[in-house]
Amino acid sequence: MTQTILKRQPSSITEGSTHYCGGCGHGITLRLIGEVVDELGVRENMILTSPVGCAVVMYDYLKCDSIECAHGRAPATGTAIKRVHPDKFVLIYQGDGDLAAIGTAEIIHAANRGENLTVIFVNNAVYGMTGGQMAPTTLIGQRTTTSPFGRTIKGMGRPIRICELLSNIEETKYIERVSVHNVRNIQKAKAAIKKAFNNQINGVGFSLVEILSMCPIGWRLSPQQSQKYIEEQMLHYFPLGVYRDVEY
Amino acid sequence: MEATHTGKKVLMKGNEAVGEAAIKAGCQCYFAYPITPQTETPEYLSRRMEETGRIFLQAESEVAAINMVFGAAAAGARAMTSSSSPGISLKQEGISYISAAQLPCVIVNVVRGGPGLGNIDASQADYIQSTRGGGHGDYRCIVLAPNSIQECYDMTMNAFDLADKYRIIVMIQNDGIIGQMVEAFEMHEYIPLFDNLPAKDWALTGCRGRQPNVCHTLYLGTNGLEKLNRQLQEKYARIQRELAWFEEYACENAELIIVAYGAVSRITKAAIKQLNGSGRRVGLFRPRTLWPYPSQRLAELAGKMKKPKFLVIEMSAGQMLIDVQLALMDVVPKKDIYFEGMGGGWYSSVEGTLKKVQEILG
Ligand SMILES: Cc1ncc(C[n+]2csc(CCOP(=O)(O)OP(=O)(O)O)c2C)c(N)n1
Repeated sequence: MTQTILKRQPSSITEGSTHYCGGCGHGITLRLIGEVVDELGVRENMILTSPVGCAVVMYDYLKCDSIECAHGRAPATGTAIKRVHPDKFVLIYQGDGDLAAIGTAEIIHAANRGENLTVIFVNNAVYGMTGGQMAPTTLIGQRTTTSPFGRTIKGMGRPIRICELLSNIEETKYIERVSVHNVRNIQKAKAAIKKAFNNQINGVGFSLVEILSMCPIGWRLSPQQSQKYIEEQMLHYFPLGVYRDVEY
Repeated sequence: MEATHTGKKVLMKGNEAVGEAAIKAGCQCYFAYPITPQTETPEYLSRRMEETGRIFLQAESEVAAINMVFGAAAAGARAMTSSSSPGISLKQEGISYISAAQLPCVIVNVVRGGPGLGNIDASQADYIQSTRGGGHGDYRCIVLAPNSIQECYDMTMNAFDLADKYRIIVMIQNDGIIGQMVEAFEMHEYIPLFDNLPAKDWALTGCRGRQPNVCHTLYLGTNGLEKLNRQLQEKYARIQRELAWFEEYACENAELIIVAYGAVSRITKAAIKQLNGSGRRVGLFRPRTLWPYPSQRLAELAGKMKKPKFLVIEMSAGQMLIDVQLALMDVVPKKDIYFEGMGGGWYSSVEGTLKKVQEILG
C-alpha cells in the first residue's frame, strides 16, 4: 500500500516535478488530491481555486479548470463558481496565512452559509511563499523571520486553531485535522480528503480538512527534522482528529 | 439595433432602475454589501433575483462581493456588484485581478462625499479612481455616466454588452442624486447593443472534452506579463477608437461650452436654457462615457469656435478638468478653460452657474 502511494503518478497530475521544496507537505497533499481526483473521476467536472501562497500555480500540476484567487478570497470566489455551476465539483485550496489571517472573513462566512464546498487547508505554521514569516498558526516560541525572538502570547496572540473555531459553526458538515508527516498519517489524510470530496459530490455541504504540513525551508530545518517538529511540537497544539461530522 | 418601444412608463429610483435593467439584460449573479446611497439596488435585486431564479448573495464585505463577481464572471455568468465610494475603494484589488484576467462584469458606483467615511450626499470625487483603473497596475475600465433614470436603465443594459464584447469591467458611475432620484422612464425589454457577442470559450465549466481553462493573473519568470500588458493596451486603444458617447446641447455657435456630467449636467442644462433665453450663446457638452473620454469631439467643437472658452463644472476639486485640459491641450489656451468645483457633498446650482458664466463672459 505504502509503495503504491509513493510510486504511481496520478493521471490527473501533470508529468514532471513541481516547484515545491524537498520535504514540503504541499507536494504530498497535491499527490493525495490527484489520487482522489482519479479515484472519483472528477477531473473533467471540477474547478480548482488556487490560493496566493506556495500553491499558487497548482493549476500547472492539476489538469483541470482553475482560477487563481486573490490572497484569502478563494472561499468567496469558489462560492460564486459553485453557485453558477452547482453540478460541478469546486475545490478550495488554501494556506494558513491565506485562510487564517487575511481571509478569515471569507472562510467563516462561506462555512456559515453552508456552501457545498471542499476546502483543503494546508497549515505549515508560517508564510511559506514570502520566506517564512510568522503566520496566525505559528507556535508559541517559534522563531520566524518576523518573530526572530520567538512568538509570544503577549502582543502576538496564540496560534489560531481553525478546526476548533469552524466546528462551532452549525452549518459546517465535516471538519477534520490530519497530518502528512509520516506514512500512517498520509493515509489518514487521504481518507479525509476523499471524504471531503464525496461530501460535496453527495450534496452534504461544507467540508474542511486541515493538513499539518512540513515547511523545511521556512522552518530552517531538514526534512527529517521537520517531520519530527510536527510530531513533537505541532501535534500538541493542533490535535489531530475529527472535529465535526454531521452524518446525513 | 432598433429600439422596441413596447415599454410602459414607470416611476422608479435610479438605483432600482439599475437593478431592473440588470434583470432584463440577463444578469445571472449579483453580489453586494449595503452602503448608502446605493442600498436600493441590493434591496431591489434581493427580491427580483429570487423571483427570476437567479443568484443573489449579500456578501460579508465589498471585498468578498468583488471576489464573488470574479468567480462568477470566470464561470461564464453575467455578474454585477454595486457599492458606493468607500466600498468601491475596498474592491480595488479584486477589480485589478478581474481586469488582468480580462473577465467581463458590471460594477456600479453611486458616488458619495469623501474622503474617508465622508457623507452620504452626492459627489463626483471618484472620477480619477474610476477612469484610471483605481487599483494597482496599468488597466482601465469602461466608465458610463448616466444623468437620468432612463439612462441608468439603458446604460446598465449596455454595460453588460460592452463588458462581454471587450472582456472588460464596465463601471456605471452614478452619484447620490441620480441614484436616489425618482423619475418616469420607459421600462422597455432588453435592447442588445450588438448583434453578436463573442463566445465565452474561456469560461470555467469543467474541462470535459477540451484542455483545461486556467484563469490566472500571475506571470513569473517569463515575458508573459509584458505580453499581457501589451495586449491590454491594444485593447484599450481599440476601445478608445470605437467608443465615445456624449450629448451636445446648444453647442452650435456657442461662445462658451460648459462641460458637465451626471447630476451636474442637469443643473447646468437648466442654467443654459435661461442663458439661451436671454440671448447668451452658451452650450453644454456632456460626456456619457468618462472612459474613454470623448476628447476628440470636444477638440472638434473647440476648433469650430472663434474664441473658444470652456467651463468645467463638477462635484470634485478638478478631476474631470484634467481630461478636458488634455483634450483641448492643442486648441485652447489653458487660461480659457475655467473651472467650478464643489466638494463635501455639495452640488452646483442654477444661480451659481449663471454667476460663473457672467464672470467669464462679462
Ligand atoms: C494582498 C496581498 N498581501 C500579501 C501578499 C503577499 N503574499 C504572498 S504569499 C503570502 C503568504 C502565504 O502564506 P500561506 O497562506 O501560509 O501559504 P504558504 O505559502 O505557506 O503555502 C503573502 C503574504 C499578496 N500576494 N497579496
